[in-house]
This record gives sequence, C-alpha cells and structure tokens, in this order.
Amino acid sequence: MSGGPLIRRLWHARRHPSLAIGAGLTALVLLAALVAMIWTPYPVDGVDATARLGGPGLAHPLGTDHFGRDVLSLILAGARTSVAVGLVAVGLGLGLGVPLGLIAALTRVPLVDAGVGRLADLIFAFPAVLSAVLITAIHGPGAVNVIVAVGIFNIAVFARVARGAAIGVAAQPFVIAARAMGRRGFSTAMVHVLPNIAGILIVQATIQFAVAILAEAGLSYLGLGVQPPQPSWGKMLADSQTFMFAAPLQAVFPGLAIMLSVLGLNLLGDGLRDTLDPRLKILRTA
Amino acid sequence: MTNRSRRARALALSAAGLVAGLIGFGVGPFAMGAATAQAQGQGKDTVVIGMTLEPPHLDPTAGAAAAIDEVVYANVFEGLTRIDSTGTVQPALAQEWTISEDGMRYSFDLRRGVTFHDGASFEASDVVFSFERAMAEESVNAQKQLFSGIETVEAPDDHTVVIDLKQPQGLFLWNLGWGDAVIVDPASAETNKTDPVGTGPYRVAERKPGDSITLVRRDDYWGHAPALARVTIKFIGDAAAQVAALMAGDVDAIPNIGAPETVAQFESDPRFDVYVGTTEGETILALNHRRAPWDDVRVRRAIQHAVDRQAIVDLAMFGFGTPIGSHFAPHNPAYIDLTDTVPHDPEKARQLLEAAGVETPIKAVMKLPPTAYARRGGEVVAAQLREVGIEVEIVPVEWAQWLSDVFKGAHDFDFTIVSHTEPLDIGIYARDDYYFGYDNPAFREHMAELEREADPDRRAELLVEAQEMVADDQVSVFLFQLAKIGVKRKGLEGLWPNAPIQANDMTNVHWAE
Repeated sequence: MSGGPLIRRLWHARRHPSLAIGAGLTALVLLAALVAMIWTPYPVDGVDATARLGGPGLAHPLGTDHFGRDVLSLILAGARTSVAVGLVAVGLGLGLGVPLGLIAALTRVPLVDAGVGRLADLIFAFPAVLSAVLITAIHGPGAVNVIVAVGIFNIAVFARVARGAAIGVAAQPFVIAARAMGRRGFSTAMVHVLPNIAGILIVQATIQFAVAILAEAGLSYLGLGVQPPQPSWGKMLADSQTFMFAAPLQAVFPGLAIMLSVLGLNLLGDGLRDTLDPRLKILRTA
Repeated sequence: MTNRSRRARALALSAAGLVAGLIGFGVGPFAMGAATAQAQGQGKDTVVIGMTLEPPHLDPTAGAAAAIDEVVYANVFEGLTRIDSTGTVQPALAQEWTISEDGMRYSFDLRRGVTFHDGASFEASDVVFSFERAMAEESVNAQKQLFSGIETVEAPDDHTVVIDLKQPQGLFLWNLGWGDAVIVDPASAETNKTDPVGTGPYRVAERKPGDSITLVRRDDYWGHAPALARVTIKFIGDAAAQVAALMAGDVDAIPNIGAPETVAQFESDPRFDVYVGTTEGETILALNHRRAPWDDVRVRRAIQHAVDRQAIVDLAMFGFGTPIGSHFAPHNPAYIDLTDTVPHDPEKARQLLEAAGVETPIKAVMKLPPTAYARRGGEVVAAQLREVGIEVEIVPVEWAQWLSDVFKGAHDFDFTIVSHTEPLDIGIYARDDYYFGYDNPAFREHMAELEREADPDRRAELLVEAQEMVADDQVSVFLFQLAKIGVKRKGLEGLWPNAPIQANDMTNVHWAE
C-alpha cells in the first residue's frame, strides 16, 4: 500500500463531523501561528502604561493586558509558541521513536525488543508533565527545555505505538513473503510496514501534539516554560489570575485558545482514527 | 492500537486536568463568598492577621528573615530601645539613658519588675549576655554590624548597663531598637527558635507549621497591657488566596498584601479599609559592576535614561510606589529628590551608549527573584531597555538560587531587580564585596564619617551628600520605593501605617467600640 489510498480515504471522510470540526480548529491554530510569524496587529514586547487592562474594542478586539499589550497579538504569538513546541516535540517523537519501535518489532532479537520496551517503561514511569518539571528544574526554565522534556516522552510513546503496530503488520503474509524473497529488514520496514502503520502514527501524532500544547501551557503557567517577552498562553493565564475581579476577560481568551486548540486536535485525532482504522470501519459498516 | 491511543488520550486529559486544576486552585476560593464574613463582630479582643511568608523559626537574634521580626518584634521580644510606628527611638527595657560628652559611653537605667515569659526576672546580666552573644565570633546574628562598634558591655548593678563604644556612633540607640538586638534570657536563649521566651506582652501559645502562629496576652507584663487577648497570625503565600481569606472573613487584616492589583476591589467594599504606607524598600535595578560594560558610568546612566520609573510603578505596582533617584527613602527627613537628574529619555540613552562605545543590540541577563515587583517590574524594564538596544534575557529564579547565584558566590548576573528593605541602608554602596561589586574608596570614607557623626544636622548633610554621590555615579538604576499596602476590616485600629522597621506591632491594636 502507498499513500494513495490513505489520502483517498481521508477525502471520503471529509464529512465526518469530528474530523471536519477538528481539522477546522487545528487549521485555525496553525494559521494563527503562521500569521504571527510575520505579523501581529501590535508588537508583543512593548508596554503601554496608558492602555492597561482595557476591555475589547475596535482598536483592541480582545482588549489589552496588565502591561497595556494587545491581547489578540499575544494570543496569535502564543499560538506560534504552542505550535512550535508541539511540532518539534512531535517531530522528535516521530523521528526517533518510530525507528526504535520498528527495530524492536522487526529485528526479532529478544534483547533489543526488551531493551526498547524497558526504556519506554522507564520513561512512562514519570508522567510527561512531571518529567518536564524535573528537566526544567535542573536545566532552568525555557522553551528548549520544555521541547526536550515533551520530546523525550514522545519518543517513548511513538516507540511503543510503532512497535505494537509493526508486530501485527510483520505477521501479515505479504511481509513474510517479502522477507522470504530476501528483502532486507530496512527495506521491508520502509516499503511494507511503515505505510501500513502510518494511519495509527498520524492519529497518535495529533494526540501528542495536544499533549505538547498542554504541557507547554502548564509549564509556562508555573513559570517553568517559555520566558517573557516570548508570549505563551500558559503565562497569560498565570498573569491573569490575580486580575480575576478587576478584569475577568484576561483569563478567558488564553483559556479559550488552549481549550480550542486541544479540543481541535483531539477531534481531529478521533476523526482520523475512525477513518483510518480498518477494523473500526468494518464495524461501522456492518 | 486503539487501546494505546486511548491511554495517550487519558494522559492528554489528565494533563488538561492538571492545568485546569492549577487554575481552579487559584480561582476556587473566590467562590466561597462572604457567607462566613458576618460571623466576625466588633468589640472583641481577638484578631487574625495574614502574612505572606512564614518565619523559618522564631529567634530574631539568629536569622535574617523579615518574617521572624514581623511575628515577634515588640510582641514577644523587646530590646533596650524600641522603634515606634513613626520610626522614632523610644525607651523600652531601658527606661532612660545618659550619653557621655564624647559620645563613647552609654549608661542605661533598666526598667524594674520585668519578667520573661518563663518567670525569670530581667536583669542587667541578661543584657550583657545578649549583646556578648550577638558580638561573639561564633554568633549567628544576622546583623552583627549593629554591634560591631561596641567595645565592652558591663553591668555595674542589676539595673544598670554601661556600654563603651570604639568610636562615637550616630545611630547607636536606633540600632539597639532592631529586632536583632532584643534581650534574651541565658536559660532559654538556645531554644528561642522553637520556644521563644522574651519580655514582651505576648507569648507564643501555639505554632502550626505551614498554617499559623497564635500569640496570647500574658497577665504579668510590665507595661501597658495590650487590648487584644489573642492574636493569630496566618501564613498565606498566594495573592489570590489572601484576597479570598479577607473576603471570607478568615483573616481580619493583611498588613502587607501581595498583589497591588487586588486593592481596587477592597477600596470599593464597605467592609474593608485599605491603608497605604511607606516601607524602607528601595527597589533598584542592580547592575553587576564586575562585568563590562556595566562598569562604565555612561552605560549605567544610559540605562537610567532608558527606564521610565513612573511607568514601572503604574504597570508593575498598579500605581503604588514612589519613584526614587537615589538609594534613599522619600519619607526620610534627609531625603532629596534626584529623580529629575537622569529623567526618562530614550534618545539620550542611545547617545550615551554610543558614546561609551557599546555596540547595540547588546545582550544582558536579568535574574529575577520570585516577587511580584521583581517579576513584573522586570518585564517592564526589559521592554523599556529593548527600545534603546539592550536585549534582556529574563531568568526567573527562586530566592535560594538568587542568593547563591546573584547575592553570594559567583555573582553570575548582569542585572537583577530587588528591594533593599533594611532601613537607612545606603551604606551598602560602601561595601566593595557586596553583590553588585561597586568599589569606591571616597564613598567608603564618606560613610565612615557618617558613622562617627552624632550631630543630627551634620548627619543630615552627610546623608544628602551620600545620596548625591550614589546618584552621580549611577551605581544602580533607581526605580521606586516599595509601598506597604494593607487591607483591614473596618473597626480594627492601631496597625502601623508605615513599616519603618520589619514588624507587626500588635501592642496598640484594638477593635473600635
């Protein structure tokens, strides 16, 4: 199988409600991040004592924060931070975790398989957020440390998912046949196994993306994530906390941004799973 | 496979729960409302006070933490003199004193009939013991310099103490009023950390670590008995929780609330009074003189020009605080206003940087301790410095880390923001080993002269000159004097409006009839 059927199946499923909503929300977040890379309505690193805690209006659609900065600009730039952390963290997981999982599944050397398995167990023993707190406690707060922390966790996640899925595929007659014909392990993995587990990996990637956004927001909320002046939704939430009475809207917008982006990714993951998992498809049509 | 993604999803949800939980934690207490507030009546003789930080222990002679003095000063422990709410020296355990012509010998006449909480009587030998203990080589007193001018302490009889100084000391009586100079009983000195025994009107009745300390009035106090029979001091670190505790009536007053942005809601609430006073906290942007180019006065002045003090006060402190132009408290009689000598002028700042040969943009690391004034002030300062080409990297640190990285040892920082809360502490610029590394023999000599001077008028002159010297050399970038913002229930009276010294003196606090 190649990429063709995958895309075709996605196209057929475009009317799947959660897939459509999820894809829409995720596209919105990605778009916001892209826009913020080149333009925000106002600069996000300036302060303006005259425009403190302003309500929504024409000049500032979402109001201004306690430093007089435009909240919409901060939300857009915060999307940039979230997406960057998510992309790199998921990329790390895919890039290192999937090869590990495939090696574990396909080498048929028990020691390698067990080694990868135990390594993943070890990483899983610490919740992602906890290990992220640990890493930032040792190396200091900052975006890079958040990415590393979430990325390491993702390596374990993807190694496990890839291994489990690959074992199933490797037992299929066409893979056995390929190997019997003398195809090398690497080539078997790339040509026969990987395309068949791509759907599962994509579903997993959307979920891990959401985890990464939450982890970044959570760590920044605690002051361990990205540092000012780099905007972050979590930092905005933390800042807004003491203004709950004076300016309740301050907490609403970053909160909504986190919620909608995580909801979008989860819906997208749900929709993709329904569409891409052959067994679920059979169940549904039956 | 779905099993795995389900697990991951559960994980995502639990992470979501964590964030939601954290936020809920901060917000939740607001929901509790004012149902219990009505239970608080007036005309009673107990009070609950809220403090942000819990003292590590309760011995003021063995720790620098301001929270210790804020619990025990004047309430539990007393010194020969005391400092009152206006910052004036008053007699305490010494009812009067005489000073020799040359200013070298102080003779104190001690108060009779004073007893410690454990019944031991207070005598001159206790004073000798307390001061010799504080001066000793192995002393753990946090302010040993208060006693460094003492040559000998002697007790000719039970009610007289004679102190000979090495040289005249202008502030000696004031120094003796500090919490670090209180009189302790030799029998209980070692256990004061956990079981403080002093001569004050209150004794510590109960201590719940992490929660509260309860002080109970004693009947055999030598002086005027305080109105309140019981004072409970609750420790509430979180600014939002402080608001909730006040709203719910769990505490009657918080003399120094953590978040200035919460003041507006108390001002509009008829149940509360907001009282804003002064502190001894000069908040400065300290520059590391050990690193180029901050050792260049032109660069330091450029940074001062780049900084808009009033904007920092408005944005970081919600308008509470007074801009300062030197390291001196505006409410001090010897204060002169130097804020206009280097006003906010970004263009001038850029010119000065260029004149100093600094290539912009230049990077700088700003380490910020975990207080609102530092963290928020730091963000504003960083934004202002960016405008003149100084790219500030903000590194938030905990207090312990701040002490080890910035204050002691490595001095690994370019900038930091901190409030120097000791009273009359311009002398820190005479300490060449101090954390910002300023080394100026002329200023050291000037402060030594001040130390020797006892004449008030001449002292004031010297203090004015000291302010000018520090400002001229732009040793630090001077930001603002920290305000003390207190919130109390209506009817509670007698709390200090200002904080001339670290204290929550409860001896005159009472509920109005």
